[in-house]
Parts: sequence; structure tokens; C-alpha cells
Amino acid sequence: MTENSYRAQAGDFNPIIADHRIQGISRPSLSYWQDAWLRLKANARAMVSLYIVIALLFFTIAGPYIWTVDPAFQDLDQVSQPPNIDRKATLIKPYPIWDGSTGTVDVKDSETLYLAQAANTESVRLLWHVMPGAEGYRLYRNIFPFEQGQSMGLPLFTTFSPQNRLFEDLLDLTPRTFYYTLVALNATGQETSEVVNIAVEVQRVLTIEQAVSKGLVDSAEEVDVGDVVYLKLHPMGTDYLGRDMLARLMYGARISLFIGIFAPLIFVSFGVLYGSTAGFMGGKIDQVLMRFSDFVVALPFLLFMILFKIAFGIGPGESGVMPMLIAMVVLSWPSTARLVRGQILQIREEGYIAASRLLGAKSRYLIMRHMIPNTMGVILVTITFAVPSAIFTEAFLSFIGMGVAPPTPSWGSMCFEGIKTMLTHPHELIFPALLISITVLAFNLLGDGLRDALDAKMRSRE
Amino acid sequence: MRAYLLKRIVQGIITVWFIASATFVAMHNVPGDPLMDEKATTEEIRKNLMQKYGLDKSLFEQYIIYLKNMSQGDFGISFTQQNRQVNDIIREHFPVSAALGILAITFAAFGGILWGALTALYRNRLPDIVIMFLVILGVSVPSFVFAALGQLSIVSVNNLVGFSLIPVAGWGTIWHMLVPSMVLGMSTMAYLTRLMRSSMLEVVNTDYIRTAKSKGLPATQIFLQHQLRNAVLPVITVLGPAIAAITTGGFVVEMVFAIPGLGRYFVEAVQQLDYTVIMGTTVFYGAFLVFMVIIVDVIYGFIDPRVRVG
Repeated sequence: MTENSYRAQAGDFNPIIADHRIQGISRPSLSYWQDAWLRLKANARAMVSLYIVIALLFFTIAGPYIWTVDPAFQDLDQVSQPPNIDRKATLIKPYPIWDGSTGTVDVKDSETLYLAQAANTESVRLLWHVMPGAEGYRLYRNIFPFEQGQSMGLPLFTTFSPQNRLFEDLLDLTPRTFYYTLVALNATGQETSEVVNIAVEVQRVLTIEQAVSKGLVDSAEEVDVGDVVYLKLHPMGTDYLGRDMLARLMYGARISLFIGIFAPLIFVSFGVLYGSTAGFMGGKIDQVLMRFSDFVVALPFLLFMILFKIAFGIGPGESGVMPMLIAMVVLSWPSTARLVRGQILQIREEGYIAASRLLGAKSRYLIMRHMIPNTMGVILVTITFAVPSAIFTEAFLSFIGMGVAPPTPSWGSMCFEGIKTMLTHPHELIFPALLISITVLAFNLLGDGLRDALDAKMRSRE
Repeated sequence: MRAYLLKRIVQGIITVWFIASATFVAMHNVPGDPLMDEKATTEEIRKNLMQKYGLDKSLFEQYIIYLKNMSQGDFGISFTQQNRQVNDIIREHFPVSAALGILAITFAAFGGILWGALTALYRNRLPDIVIMFLVILGVSVPSFVFAALGQLSIVSVNNLVGFSLIPVAGWGTIWHMLVPSMVLGMSTMAYLTRLMRSSMLEVVNTDYIRTAKSKGLPATQIFLQHQLRNAVLPVITVLGPAIAAITTGGFVVEMVFAIPGLGRYFVEAVQQLDYTVIMGTTVFYGAFLVFMVIIVDVIYGFIDPRVRVG
């Protein structure tokens, strides 16, 4: 058979049976988002951050339903208490007015200054013997041990009659050790060097009436004098007004995260519309729009946040969250607009846009179908990075007293209140500051991860 | 170059006008009026006062007068402190903020460049990991926490040496400025470190570094003369916005450390609704920031001639 002798047969024109084993797709095809998700999943830091963000949202949204303590309730028995404090309180009879008698305690002649009764949070009853040469006495109370030459603390009581040798301290007693110092006064009322002191361990007590009115026990019949009841639980302690920190942190999270998430969502959406319009229209309109956004960028951000805040004004009973949100949106959109415009200008020149236009696509369709979806990655990354900066701005403004109005808790305003008592009650600053830091950190790391996953151009070179 | 400069200055002036107008509009929407405090006044006295401050004129007339005064650099007289001109207040308090800001930006820029270069040099090794961890911490912790920590550390240092080595708060000597400016520059430094690192890593892969290597230049010379100098360029561009962030971010630091700067004064003025001081300070800050950005851009134009063309 030579080359020329081949004759076509009918069977030659039958379609070849496709061999799927050869042509089969070895891996399922991935859409852009599936691919991004896989890449994000491989990034351990970003995934941990994602879980933290989800946990924070749970804390904010579901938290108040699980921990149903009123954040405005003032537990005056427990003001500025750190977490995990001893909550035991012993029930006692209502205290009668003291007549100066000593109760159950044995009078110790060896000590000049002594307690008449066991000290408790209702009263500390002090008696003392005559001090040599004393024409009067002055009593001090301190929270630090007595030290020669140092302050003796709060002057509670002064008398110029040497017969008067008793004092009942009822002032703001808390379950801790108090150091009382008694100074003898001379005839002219000057303090002499005759000093005695005593350390008093104060026990927390409640009368049965108080326990009932605070809702710690159901009825007076259930309990008896001498029983131990437990004060309200505050897992994260209380603030300077005795309000529960955990409940306040949860409600504060609502404010902080509300601003932190909604402000970026709104201003990024506006920026996307503005920027895509400018980029798509081009020419004069683009120039005018972008010049205007340049002006807005030039406004000093924090100064204008404050200006807008006072311009909107806060009525009585308002929290001032909406003015802050609006001010943030008004001032923050230009950076997104600029970014999106740049992206749109790039995409506008792509071949598939020309093809789509050739097929008769209208502008609206082009923007909605091609341009915005193609910039979606960049937009998502921008939102993620805008969240921490919005949370920061809220915290910053609340911290200088220009943010959320006082009764409403926000993490920033809690920090503002906490920093005043930083040295004595550090937990009031540490918890809100820690939450702000964790939230900002989580969103920053998530943003890094999203950028690596979504945006090939901005991928950090690591 | 001259045309570029002129264009930028004209743009800057228009921007300042926009800032002034926005301030005017915002302040005229503030609820209440400047004479609200004078409750005991009769209608006549009130009218006279309105006339004195020009508040009886139409809004447009007030706006024109306001712009005229602003353009002549006259910010008016403080409402709460009748014997003080706003100009005097700015003259007195701004240098404090500026000194703090300059120290903070110096600290941030040198720190950022140094740490950024180090991380790039020790890429993916221990120094890089440690510094980048600190950087993430630096951008995630709010400035007031740093301020509080700064004060605490001053106290413990003072306790350690036994006398007041560094003052805890206040203003006066270079010692007062040290810790506040570090706190103020912290987040900017973290940001610049990040930027410097990626810029350094980008430069490593360029042709001129390869050429320098193939020429047989010593590694230190390549690092200092080729890599570092080129990598610093993008860092300089963000210095303008960074100055803006630092000068207005001074509020917190000035409050915590009791520094008599303009930021703290502004916050006080807002609390007392001192209209002229608020407007004057805002416009002054705005103008300052606009021209700082221009100056940085012009300097950048000298360093990198490519930008002048664009």
C-alpha cells in the first residue's frame, strides 16, 4: 500500500470516542474566592485571627444574653474590686448605737489602743487608755502600715478632752487591713510624739435587711445571724462606681465594634461608588471629583472628628455614637475612593472590558459586572484594615473625653476612666485596653492574611 | 521645578481655604450660641454683644469677614479669656507641640529606618521575627496605653535610682520631652519599620544590586550605599502624612503627661466652646499640615527627580 492508495472509508468520519481517562480534569477548578479561601486557610496566623474575630463577635452579640448583669447597676458593696475577690459576707443583727461599752472582746490592759468589738464593715469601734500627758487625742486611719515620718493617713477624729477615749469609725469601710494611729495632743492642741497604732482586719458583714434588699437572699426567714452569704459575682471585677466590668465590656464592645465595623462598611461603600464613578467617567468629571476628595483628605482628621462631634451636638440621653459614625464616614471615604479609582483606571483598559463593550454592554453593567467584582479583593482588604483604625479612633476620642457620652460604656471611655486609678485598681484599665489591643491585632493580622490571599499584586514578599 | 512649586502652593492655598470654610460651616452648626453663658443679660445687652462680635450680620457677611481676618492671620480674641488673642495662644502653645512632634518624628524616622533595615538584613531569622512581633504590637496597642506604661516605667526608673531622674509629667527641659516623644512616635515608628522592611526586600532583587555584587563590591558598601539609600525613598514620601498623624495625635500624650501644648489647649477650648480658639486652631493646624506635606514633597522632588515630571 503506497501513500496515494489510501481511500477514505465511511467509518473515518465517525467521531472518535473521547478517552476521558486522558483528558480528565485532575483537580476541580477553583473560583477566585475558593482559591483565596484555600490560601487563607493555609495561613495559620490569619486563621487564628479569624477565630478571635468570631469569638469577639460572639462575646459582643451573645454575651449579654449569657451574662445578664445590668451594666448600669451599681454594686456599692463592691466598688473598684479586682476580679476573684473573696465575696464572703457574714450576716449580723442591725447595729445599735454604740454606748462605749466593750462587747465580747477582752480588754487588754497591755495595749493602749484596742478594739471594743470585732471590726467589720459596719463599724470599727476603738477605745484607748490614757496616754501620758495627753490633753486631747487625734485619730488617723491609713491603708499603709505606720512608718515614722510618713503620712498617717486620714484624720478621723480630734478631741480636746482627755476623758473622751473612744471612737466609732463608720466611714467608707472596706474588707481590708486598716492602720489606725492615735496621737496625743498637748494643752495647746499640738501633736506630741506620743503615738500608738493598731492594725485592724476588717471583716465584711451585712445585716439581714441589707442582704434581702440587695437580693442576695430570698427572704429574711431563710437565713440567720452568723450565716455566710455571698455577694454578687463580678468575674472581671467592678469599676469605680461598682458596675460590673464584664457586663460593661460586653456593652462597650457593642459600641466599639459597631463603630469599628459599620463606619468602615459605609465609608468604603461610598468610596467605592465615588471612586468607580470617577475612574469610569474619566476626563473633567474625574478631575473635579478627585480634586474634591483631595480637599477632604487635607482636613486634619482628629480635629474635624471633634468639630463634627460638637457640631452635631449630643442631646440628653443620647450616646453620641451616631454623630461619631457620621463624622467618621464623612472624613474617611477619600482614601478608598482613590484606591478604587486607580484600580478602575487599570481595569478599564483590559481586553475583556473592550470585548464586553463591543457586545453592547452599558456602563452600569460594566461597573457592576466587571469592575467592582474585580476590585472586590482590594476592597475587602481595605475594609479589614479600616476596622482597627476606626476602633482606634473611637477609643482615642473617648479617651480624651470627646467620644461616647459617659453613661454609655465603650472600650475607649472605660480606658479613660481606668487610667485615673491605674496604680490602685489596674484591672479597670487593663481589661478594656487588652480587648482593644486584641481586636486591633486580630483585624490587622486577618487583613494581612486576606491581602496575601486575595491580592496578587499587593502580596507581601516574605 | 518653579512651576511645580507654584502649582503646589496654589493648590495648598485653595486647600487651606477649603479647610477654613469647612471649619466655619461646622462651627455655625454647633447647637447654642457663643453668648449662651451670659444668661443674665437683657435683650439690649445681648444685642450689643451680638453687634460687637458681628453676629448680627448675615451668615455670608460673617463668612467674608472671617475669611478676610484669616487671610491676614488674625484669628480674633478668645471668648473665654477676653484678654488673650488666639494668635498669642497659638504662639505660646504651638512651639511646645512642635518641639514634641519634631523629636517624635526624628525618633520614629530613625528608629523605623534602623529596625526596618535590620529586619531585612536578618530576614526570617530571630532579629527579624522579634522586631516584626514588636511592630505588630506597636500598631495594635493604643497610644494611651503606651503613655500609661511610659509613665509607670519613669516612676520605676526613678525609684530604682532613688531620685527624680526623669520627671513624670510637665514641661521644661529635654528630660521632660524624652518619654512623651517616644510614646508619640511609637506607632509611626512601627509603621515605618514595616514600610522600610518591604522596601528593602524589594530593592534586593533589583538589577543595580546584582551589578554591584558582580562588580565585587564589599557587602557593607552595597548595603549602605545602594540598598539603604534606595530603600529610604518610599519612607520619605510617607513622612508628610506621618507628621500630620503625630502632630494631631499629640492630644493624648499631652493630656497624660500634662504638657501645655496646643493639642491639649484645643481639647480644653472645645470643652468650653471657645469658638474663636477652636476655629483658629483648626485652620492653623490645617494650614500647617498642608504646607508640611508640600515641603516633604518638594524635598522628595530634589532627592528623586522622577516625581517632578509626574
